[in-house]
Amino acid sequence: MILLCLALLSAIGFMTIGARGNWGFIFEFRGTKLLALLLVAYAVSVSTVLFQTVTNNRILTPSIMGIDALYVLLQTVLIFVFGAQAISALDPQIKFLIEAGCLTVFALILYRFLFFGVFRDVHLLLLSGLFFGLLFRSVSGLLQRIIDPNDFVVLQDSLFASFNSVDKSLLGVSVAVIVLVSAIGAKIFSRFDVMLLGRDSAISLGVNHTRTAVTILALASVLVAVSTALVGPVTFFGLLVANLAYIVLPGAKHKHILPGAILIAFICLSSGQLVLEKLFDFNTALAILIEFAGGLFFIGLILRRGVR
Amino acid sequence: MINVRNATKSYDGTLVVDDVTLGLKRNGLTSIIGPNGAGKSTLLSMIARLVNMDDGEITVDGLDIATADSLELAKRLAVLRQDNHITARLTVRDLVAFGRYPHSKGRTNENDLEHVNRALAYLGLTDLSGRFLDQLSGGQRQRAFVAMTLCQDTDYMLFDEPLNNLDIHHAVSMMKLFRQAARDFGKTVVVVIHDINFASCYSDHIIAMKDGKVAEQGSPDQIIDAGILADIYNTPFQVQNINGQMIATYYGV
Repeated sequence: MILLCLALLSAIGFMTIGARGNWGFIFEFRGTKLLALLLVAYAVSVSTVLFQTVTNNRILTPSIMGIDALYVLLQTVLIFVFGAQAISALDPQIKFLIEAGCLTVFALILYRFLFFGVFRDVHLLLLSGLFFGLLFRSVSGLLQRIIDPNDFVVLQDSLFASFNSVDKSLLGVSVAVIVLVSAIGAKIFSRFDVMLLGRDSAISLGVNHTRTAVTILALASVLVAVSTALVGPVTFFGLLVANLAYIVLPGAKHKHILPGAILIAFICLSSGQLVLEKLFDFNTALAILIEFAGGLFFIGLILRRGVR
Repeated sequence: MINVRNATKSYDGTLVVDDVTLGLKRNGLTSIIGPNGAGKSTLLSMIARLVNMDDGEITVDGLDIATADSLELAKRLAVLRQDNHITARLTVRDLVAFGRYPHSKGRTNENDLEHVNRALAYLGLTDLSGRFLDQLSGGQRQRAFVAMTLCQDTDYMLFDEPLNNLDIHHAVSMMKLFRQAARDFGKTVVVVIHDINFASCYSDHIIAMKDGKVAEQGSPDQIIDAGILADIYNTPFQVQNINGQMIATYYGV
């Protein structure tokens, strides 16, 4: 409840503080931005919480496992192989759907390898995730250097998404994708809590663990694609909001954690963007602030775990 | 009736369960004993469909566990393995209520609540029901997991070393509870257990495993025998009848 009030407050603040001039323009300009922030908050927090439910681990997130880096790599490879002209000719929405589809398939292959294969040790898993992230980023970097300069400009344009320059052409399709993902999620919502108990207990309670895990991971991958397409990779943000939600809220049930995490994410993003615009005069990027806070939080989590 | 036919499982080329054929009758408490690595836990996990068989067939009341609907099986058979670790912050009551999932699919009704309360009371957890799992001792947590399994209210209940972490008082009351469930409510309870004397005093049937095979099976009177136990554990045993209970000792004789 308190979170809901805070979220509304920060939304109103974002819409009104420092507003001058034509209200119609302001509503449209800030409204789309706010909608984008809401979508990102939803996508990042839901994907992270679900990912952590399936992996039974509160340090892993799709971003830390390199999934958003994979998305960037995918875009780079697409342009590298087919050339900017072929890609530009595509409707951005269709292009996005294709990319999200590819990402989901690749991510599932990666997850299969990581979770159902040899790695049972969490530290090894974390390390391999970081390694894959680095690998994807390096390969993207390499391709971007040897790519045709004209293609590179187009690529950079699509990769340049940030909280300040949200790709508005994708808002519509993002809403549609999120609604679709949520509808599928709602169908298996009751299984989310059971997944918290781990594989053995879930099977004992009659849940097809492998199928449910794969479905949830696929949903999470699609959501990562949405947030990455809108604002680019935000490595630690999901970790930050998911763990804040676990701390702030009393239980671990998804009906509390999911809305809680979404609201926390939205509060962080909208008030953060507000502070950034009004206080720092756009002198820094929200992503940097988030990475800074999230990075500290991540180190804190690992240290606290180490002590235990 | 649980029927195991030619169940076989190997890990990295080592046979863990070697062509086991076995029938577990309904009603009663069956203990599986045997040395480390005899395949007890693997066999139990295979019956509970947690571990895939390499070969063989297992049926529960005629349902083939490999093909039957998992939710349908969950209404007949519950299992608790060792080392249950949950990262999520759940209260004891939350955990126990999960046992109702196969019946209610997350929408708990009056009847479910009654089951939850009864399971909490059976394991002496009523006062602790609001506590989070990470605030409990190992033994209390173990009892909470057993309560969840009871709460599932299935005809068959399988437990892998349920006495882990329990003190003598709670170990005895848990074995009494299992026996009561078997005798008064017609349940079939199968436990993997290390303490031979618990197996001897509370079971209706004992299965002794060695090297992935069923070495012996029978009533406690038949199995708790110095010769048979010495064979299974490669350790000299003495067995005494103390007030009608067969008690095995093995302390360096």
